[in-house]
Amino acid sequence: MLTPAIVRRNTPQRYRMEAAKCAKCGKVFFPPRLICDACKSRTFKPYTLPQEGTVVSHTVIRTAPRGFGDEAPYCMGIVELTDGTRILCQIADCEPERLEIGLKVAIEFRKIQEAGESGVIAYGYKAVPGR
Amino acid sequence: MVGIVGYGAYIPRYRIKVEEIAKVWGADAPSYKKGLMLREKSVPGPDQDVITIAVEAARNAMKRAGISGEKVGAIYVGSESHPYAVKPSGTAVAEVIGAVNDCHCADLSFACKAGSEGMFLAYGLVKSGEVEYAFGIGADTSQGAPGDALEYSAAAGGAAFLMGTKNVVATLDCQYSYMSDTPDFWRREYMHYPRHAGRFTGDMAYFKHVRGGVEGLLKKAGAKPKDFKYIVFHQPNGKFPVRMAKDLGFSDDQVKTGLLVPTLGNTYSGASPLGLSAILDEAKPGDAILMCSFGSGAGSDGFIFTATKALPKVQGRAKKTRDYLDTNPFYLDYGTYVKFRRKIRKNVED
Amino acid sequence: MRDVAIIGIGMTDFGELWNDSLRDLFVKAALEAMDDAGVDHIDGLVAGCMSPGLFAGQEHIGSLLADYLGQAPIPGVRVESACASGGMALRTGIAYVASGMHDVVLCGGVEKMTDVSGAQATYALATAADQDAEAFHGATFPGLYALMATAHMHTYGTKREDLAQVAVKNHDNGMLNPHAQYRMKITVDQVINSVKVADPLNILDCSPITDGAAAVIICPLEMAKKLKKKPLVKITGSAHATDTIALHQRADMTWLKSTADAAASAYKQAGVKPSQIDFAEVHDCFTIAEICVLEALGVVKKGQGGKATREGLTARDGKFPVNPSGGLKSKGHPVGATGIAQIHEIVTQLRGDAGKRQLKGVKRGLAQNMGGSGGSAVVHILEVL
Repeated sequence: MLTPAIVRRNTPQRYRMEAAKCAKCGKVFFPPRLICDACKSRTFKPYTLPQEGTVVSHTVIRTAPRGFGDEAPYCMGIVELTDGTRILCQIADCEPERLEIGLKVAIEFRKIQEAGESGVIAYGYKAVPGR
Repeated sequence: MVGIVGYGAYIPRYRIKVEEIAKVWGADAPSYKKGLMLREKSVPGPDQDVITIAVEAARNAMKRAGISGEKVGAIYVGSESHPYAVKPSGTAVAEVIGAVNDCHCADLSFACKAGSEGMFLAYGLVKSGEVEYAFGIGADTSQGAPGDALEYSAAAGGAAFLMGTKNVVATLDCQYSYMSDTPDFWRREYMHYPRHAGRFTGDMAYFKHVRGGVEGLLKKAGAKPKDFKYIVFHQPNGKFPVRMAKDLGFSDDQVKTGLLVPTLGNTYSGASPLGLSAILDEAKPGDAILMCSFGSGAGSDGFIFTATKALPKVQGRAKKTRDYLDTNPFYLDYGTYVKFRRKIRKNVED
Repeated sequence: MRDVAIIGIGMTDFGELWNDSLRDLFVKAALEAMDDAGVDHIDGLVAGCMSPGLFAGQEHIGSLLADYLGQAPIPGVRVESACASGGMALRTGIAYVASGMHDVVLCGGVEKMTDVSGAQATYALATAADQDAEAFHGATFPGLYALMATAHMHTYGTKREDLAQVAVKNHDNGMLNPHAQYRMKITVDQVINSVKVADPLNILDCSPITDGAAAVIICPLEMAKKLKKKPLVKITGSAHATDTIALHQRADMTWLKSTADAAASAYKQAGVKPSQIDFAEVHDCFTIAEICVLEALGVVKKGQGGKATREGLTARDGKFPVNPSGGLKSKGHPVGATGIAQIHEIVTQLRGDAGKRQLKGVKRGLAQNMGGSGGSAVVHILEVL
């Protein structure tokens, strides 16, 4: 589902990777949450995620969901950023045979999906291995 | 002292060779390569457009400038392939670098000189004291019609220049623009591909306006061709800028650093800006640089920059232009290329 | 709290049932369960269904199904916990009966998946993933389980063939189940060389798109004893646990914590250890899932699920048979129906009615039903009295 309101609401996290850091115990939440599941604190500090990390698991999506068919096959991974936060995202500009656990990646700004030919375009982060 | 405080480039990883396109249309690849002085061109990935390219170029510029986003008071993105016909591209750049909300933002278009226009506006605003920092960005993911000569050259890439007054890495010493109403290349509303006026686009458009821009600039600055270490002109192919430089009395040495087109293609609004970023990657303090863009329709923007002592400190802070261009490209076959560029008619997804 | 027993079971064939609607499927399974129980009236109805809205354009099915079953005005409700909706329906029904709110309750599960295109079905299923953090980026369910598989293979040395063996074993079982969707034998080579879906998973590692329904009738144990029709099956454990629905937000992406938590609670309720369970029906939506579930249930140690499968522990003639019905892989996976179909198989086995696939001497079975990539899990333990 992709509507203007959804795109706008998610802009801080998708464009700038703004997370929330628990003011009490320091746990990082991305996307941000309203209560810390570890210490139950409800106060958070703004925190921007680092832009580099390492692939900790990976796959190649060959049967794509609606809206992603033109990109298939595409690589996806769970990336552990340098601060230890894990995110899931596509691994762009990556040949499937290059995928491995431990692959170093950096975040790039990419188009993620579109609401059809005439709808809004959603942008966000993807991980890209060094060229 | 007003000038560039940060600059950045971005070029997608995908490429297609002239031979790959020529074989589909039964064209003679060697003559195209010789005629255009161009071997291959960059292609945007399916997840890349002017917004993503402008953002990455701007982020590289921010890394070099080392300032926080809220200090950026204006952002101009020039392109002829903005992803939205209505809705700006520059607002996304502002969001990503954290320049919201206190910022003036506009998208520009003037064929291939939309990028240098942004640089001119940014420079003017900083010079007047209206804003502390301002971005001029040129980026394109241009499309040539299938089978048209433009298909061999229309490429993707962009560069961003942050203008300011503190820690300037290249001063902007002189600016001059030259224009006329000349219909050499256009795209009407709702059309997929641009059209051009064939050989008319050479003498009457490109050569006339680049010459006008450079000669006007030299006159205004009281400078001569030999005063410059580097020059960069709009580069729609490898032939035009080299011939223009020669005609104006510049040497191959002055041209070569900024001449990216043989392996990049024509990045339209990004073309002369990318050439400038490649020059800034190499320039040493005191080097004088002359840049002249060209946009069909038609006009040119000329600039004279001088590299400062601050430049060498920032060159390595972000990926260099040639690193994007030369490192590990991924070559596409024509089928994948037309899929990436959405030239295949498909069923609407249900 | 009252003890609860299962007194009736029913299910449709699983497959591409072009002539049956969602309501037809549910009512067929429900009527069979009512006939099996020998009741013509129920006091309440709970239907597990993941997404009647996206798959069939129909919400409000609690009332619809009660009505079409000829039971209106009884209370009817739909419960949803993605692919664990069936298990949740049983657990909800148990709460009704155990609490004394109702006596005879029908717990059913249904999904009508083939009225939409493959792309629409994939979309509907992906709504069980975290929309903001997973689906937005183009993640699919095979993709999420593939990420688990890659990590499991890397961390524990699980082999690609071990994954395939799960499918091979479950097809061996499903061949003997007349209700199963894919009743054909497959080999490890065929699995590994089948169409790639999300590396390292191929199409034969994945459960299919299926239409189907299943239903059970439950009532207080004391009431069931008076019926004395068939071997009586008592529900001795019923537990449910949640976890982050986004896979990458878990501390260990190969550890199905919701299953481990639910299992621990169910074992405690039943007063048994994993070694005292005779067999299990588990949620093998993808081959890697069964391997991770074995570990989370405590049947094998962490990381040993692949090795145990390779060595035959979970085969029909192994020490701990898993998915004698054929599992989701061979029997089919109409998502909302799956949790109840697992119960159907366990009751069938405990009653000794499983025909050619009957396990010998089984007295206690476990059902593990899982939502999404493990964001929810329901575990039931059943014993024959």
